[in-house]
Amino acid sequence: MEIPYTVKNRPDTGIYNAKVGIWLFLASEVMLFGGLFSAYVMLRVGAPEGLWPHGWLDVRFGTVNTILLALSAITTLLAWAACKVRDFGKFKFFHACTIVLALAFLGIKSYEYHDKWIHYEIQLKDGTIADGHLEEQDDKEVVIHGRIVTDKKDLYDLRAQPDLKLTELHIDRSKIVKMQNYGPWHNTFTAIYFTLTGLHALHILGGTLVIFYLWGPGSKMWKTDPERFTNRIEVSGLFWHFVDLVWIFLFPVLYLT
Amino acid sequence: MESNVEQFPPYRPEEPAHAAHDDHGDHGHGHDSHGHEEHHQPGFWQSFIFSTDHKVIGIQYGLTALSFMLFGLFLMLLMRWQIAHPGVPVPVIGPLLEKILGQPAAHGIISPELYNAFGAMHGTIMVFLGVVPLAFAAFGNYVVPLMIGAPDMTFPRINMASFHAFLLGGLVMFTSFFIPGGAAQAGWTSYSPLASTIPTDGQAFWLVGMVLLITSSLLGAVNFIATIIQLRAPGMTWMRMPFFVWAQFVTAFLLLLAFPPLEAAGLMQLMDNVAHTSFFLPTGLAVSGPVGQASGGGSPLLWQHLFWFLGHPEVYVLILPAMGIVGEIIANNTRKPIWGYKSLVYSVFVVGFLSFIVWAHHMYMTGMGQKIATFFQATTMIISIPSVVILTCMFLSLWGGAIRINTPMLFALGFLPMFGIGGLTGLPLGLAASDLYLHDTYYVIAHFHYVVAPGTIFALFAGVYFWFPKMTGRKMNEFWGSVHFWCSFVFMNLVFMPMFAQGIKGMLRRMSDGGVNYSAARVPGVTDTLPGNIMELNSWILYAAICLGLAQIPFIINLFWSIKHGEKVGDNPWEATTLDWQTPTPPPHGNFATEPHVVRGPYDYSLPGAPRDFTPQTERSGPANPQPAPGAH
Repeated sequence: MEIPYTVKNRPDTGIYNAKVGIWLFLASEVMLFGGLFSAYVMLRVGAPEGLWPHGWLDVRFGTVNTILLALSAITTLLAWAACKVRDFGKFKFFHACTIVLALAFLGIKSYEYHDKWIHYEIQLKDGTIADGHLEEQDDKEVVIHGRIVTDKKDLYDLRAQPDLKLTELHIDRSKIVKMQNYGPWHNTFTAIYFTLTGLHALHILGGTLVIFYLWGPGSKMWKTDPERFTNRIEVSGLFWHFVDLVWIFLFPVLYLT
Repeated sequence: MESNVEQFPPYRPEEPAHAAHDDHGDHGHGHDSHGHEEHHQPGFWQSFIFSTDHKVIGIQYGLTALSFMLFGLFLMLLMRWQIAHPGVPVPVIGPLLEKILGQPAAHGIISPELYNAFGAMHGTIMVFLGVVPLAFAAFGNYVVPLMIGAPDMTFPRINMASFHAFLLGGLVMFTSFFIPGGAAQAGWTSYSPLASTIPTDGQAFWLVGMVLLITSSLLGAVNFIATIIQLRAPGMTWMRMPFFVWAQFVTAFLLLLAFPPLEAAGLMQLMDNVAHTSFFLPTGLAVSGPVGQASGGGSPLLWQHLFWFLGHPEVYVLILPAMGIVGEIIANNTRKPIWGYKSLVYSVFVVGFLSFIVWAHHMYMTGMGQKIATFFQATTMIISIPSVVILTCMFLSLWGGAIRINTPMLFALGFLPMFGIGGLTGLPLGLAASDLYLHDTYYVIAHFHYVVAPGTIFALFAGVYFWFPKMTGRKMNEFWGSVHFWCSFVFMNLVFMPMFAQGIKGMLRRMSDGGVNYSAARVPGVTDTLPGNIMELNSWILYAAICLGLAQIPFIINLFWSIKHGEKVGDNPWEATTLDWQTPTPPPHGNFATEPHVVRGPYDYSLPGAPRDFTPQTERSGPANPQPAPGAH
């Protein structure tokens, strides 16, 4: 027994099975990310005046990542077009580019995560707050590259303070009340930031694995059934475009506002 | 549609001589259903555990879901014991409980924590591991491809993955009973911050289990929709599809679009519980002591919105397949076309759409604001219209029919008034003013159990009795079937009807002592306490619940006994018109002996001038079809 319309379009619907499947799957993905985006809206609207962060993320990294994903969308399309005109060499080249671009994206994203991971907010016993990147620490003292503020709100709107003076600060352990890095637990912004971008990064990772499989071992199908293989490239490409599109929303929402 | 006949590839003409060499199919000898097992032995694992055949997967889902439902029933009996006799050791199995669960069941007494865990898990199991898998996945998998004339589901391996994700999710849920701290205790709704502050990892298990179950129904939903769009047999136009297929189609869309927001919410609650974020934890949250370490700033209301955005469509996920089953059985047993096929189809769509914009009627008590409440109150009233249209069509179908009474029909007929009671008692809950009084009382429990228990579950029993002959070639015993029905019918009502009275008198749900602390006997002289006769009902409900449990024994025995010893029947014992009865019995891999060509609508019963009182969808001969598609007038 074989399932009909796995390769050819069904005449009256004009589409093959996997394409219906992926569009339905993407519809559910829209709802998944939609749920998280609506959480973002509720959390941001509900945040007390002045306590929603602005400018915590580096726009330069975000821009580079946006460009990387936009380029990968183009290479994905070209890889599919190469399959359509039965040019296997070009397909190999373009999808190799896609994989490299995706890995570069993930690399930059990990660097950004690391940057938040070593960024500490330290409450001191005199009521002030030290804030900056951890350089080293031992039993006696903590060394950060940062600054000391008296009002917590100064930490939130970094865009209003374009030239911050950061210095190396040596803080005695005995003066510290609480020390916490900018992980998901830090506040609702970091929580939604890590959840949204983390889920998106997992999608990138999954998409890259699929594309890598189709580029490497899975490309054997080219010899036996090029049309079906082309369909696979199209379907995985649709997923990839969706993941890119999510980033197009994530970038302004998290980095620019 | 007729033009695609040639382009429909999966069937080959009968070639019995080559059948033995065919290593991945057995189209050649469909009617010889006994012989086909010998030709190629896929082995136990291949045929029963890692099968990609939609029929096997349907039965896997069915048996697993029925087992979970039995387990859910068992939890319910334990809870009813605790409600009727708070603090009294559970008879007979009390020591066993203590042995398995340890401290929470010390001396065989159900502690309040254990009661909460049972409550949360009863709801979760019944909804996500019982009714949805049975109604949607089991019947959908088995019946939908047969009804539309498809050889299998569109993505058979995804179908298998869907079942495995479901099973894994179920196991994770089940395992959580045995971890230190016990299973989730925050109700099946898992409201935050409660769900994040109870000191047990059971909640994390619950969330991981839910993510797996959501993945499972997501894969299932994609598969169903794609199958119905792509694999309809030649001539099976949209308006020739049986009503059951339409119901499953809309249900699949509800699962596809409503479940992901809960998955998002589940991920966020998992972050709250595991990574100590504060998505749903407000600033300054203190639980029995100083303010916690969480950063705060989160929104408890956000969880409720995301949960009920799934939760309400979920209600229709539970009810629509049931309506589909009842529609099929009523058309078949009244021996006439179902009344208002087109209005049924459109109503299902309207219900499906509206179910996405009524969710906040579960949240009138949260203080989300009068304007929002008014909007959701209006949509809630509007959604009752298509639901009533569906129920009315079913009732009108009975009019003037020569009704055959058999077990499936008994259950289908039982469904109609029971669902009616469930639906009508929902109206006071949909109106904000009366809901403020009835919210969180036993009235709510009675209302939604009338919809789901004697409603949906009766329809599911009807489906089991109805399609059992297709699955096995034998009928289930009619006598014990009617015993099962009448006992279930009586005891269901005895269990749930008194709860309306208890709720109206103000008995709150989720109390592990069954309201003793608010009873007139405990606090004499205080006004508005629970009177003695209302408290007494707790014991009566316990007796009725035990009898309801016992009433399922004939069903269980009947189900397994009939596989080998039931009355042997042919391919079409109910003399039905739809394609699922035009296959060999049980249907072989690939389903149809020859490619079905559909030439008429699904319910051509008692056509004037026809030789028999049913005309199958594939039958060309006979009187001209009075209309090309049902309801095309």
